[in-house]
Amino acid sequence: MIRDLVIVGSGPAGYTAAIYASRAQLNPVQYEGSVTAGGALMTTTEVENFPGFVDGVMGPVLMEDMRKQAARFGTELITDDVVEMDLKGDVKTIKDGSGNVVQARAVILATGSAYKHIGLANEDRLSGRGVSWCATCDGFFFRDQTIAVVGGGDSAVEEATFLTKFASKVVLIHRRDSLRASKIMADRALNNPKIEMLWNTEVVDILGAEKVSGLALKNTVTGELSERDFTGLFVAIGHIPRSELLIGQIDLDNEGYVKVDGRSTRTNLPGVFACGDLVDHTYRQAITAAGSGCQAALDAEKFLAH
Amino acid sequence: MATSKVTAANFDEVVLKSSTPVLVDFWAEWCGPCRAIGPILEDISNEHGDKLKIVKLNTDEESAIAIKYGVTSIPMLNVYVNGEVVKTIIGAKPKPALLKELEAFI
Repeated sequence: MIRDLVIVGSGPAGYTAAIYASRAQLNPVQYEGSVTAGGALMTTTEVENFPGFVDGVMGPVLMEDMRKQAARFGTELITDDVVEMDLKGDVKTIKDGSGNVVQARAVILATGSAYKHIGLANEDRLSGRGVSWCATCDGFFFRDQTIAVVGGGDSAVEEATFLTKFASKVVLIHRRDSLRASKIMADRALNNPKIEMLWNTEVVDILGAEKVSGLALKNTVTGELSERDFTGLFVAIGHIPRSELLIGQIDLDNEGYVKVDGRSTRTNLPGVFACGDLVDHTYRQAITAAGSGCQAALDAEKFLAH
Repeated sequence: MATSKVTAANFDEVVLKSSTPVLVDFWAEWCGPCRAIGPILEDISNEHGDKLKIVKLNTDEESAIAIKYGVTSIPMLNVYVNGEVVKTIIGAKPKPALLKELEAFI
């Protein structure tokens, strides 16, 4: 059987696409991912800026509700990973981690992004031994300790603020002399007595034999090198698009984001649409991802009608 | 067989003195990736529980054991053979990747 639509990915973009597509009777199949279902919001805490939630909403709750809304209109949800895609031609073929194959006339790509690594030799070795990418998962284990967060955007500031619930001190390390984060979040961090800012500073090495014991730091202005003791390092320096399965078959830009046609979600392949963090260099918000998921469903609907 | 819960009270008996390999899933309610791999570990336990016993340790309730085994990141999966940690897997992974990491025990 050839389906109308497969949606790959399950953050705000994927679920919104599924809500629209299932309401439009396209009977979509949605691959949610086996451990990444719900996307980046699953490891956040309170989301204060999603319109309609006056008192805020927990990220995982918001995603669970979007999922239910997609299921309500008949989206067939599959908690598995896509391991192979053939997107050329009129019929697209998608293979999942259990070996099942689904064919469809249209595909919406909403695979989002993954955490960026600093790229230090000791980073992977000490991952889970003090180096973490998830404050909400691991913050608890750093009670009454001095830890570092590297980064300067919203995620770094949010993580640093969250970690003050556990740590005795959180040092926010940033390469520049001001934060990229939104003003309300930056102010919250700058006024938090448990957060110390380390401006113009780069992490050049992570120290520790069995677990993290400290960081080697470099001042980006003076070039001065120093070392400082920490028991943990939380990395929040941004994301990279999860487009590895698409390399070679769809147009990507230099940074690996899927290229789309103007303000649409159309990729260079007919019947293939992309939305959410997979295409977005700039905004990367739950609400903009949801908006582009809606666009992708409408673009796919229009494509399938012809 | 289904996974079971382990606590400080029975950790020695269930894990350290077990005659078969035991996988301990260090997890917590508030950890999204831990909840994501919960059903995968249930599956693996149902399929391979006769060779590899899978038990779950709640790090909120049993922080002393979590500290003893140096947990700083969850989910963390430790495999114990004859009371010793012989394998550590950190972070949520899809089922095929977990099975591959555990193939020596199943």
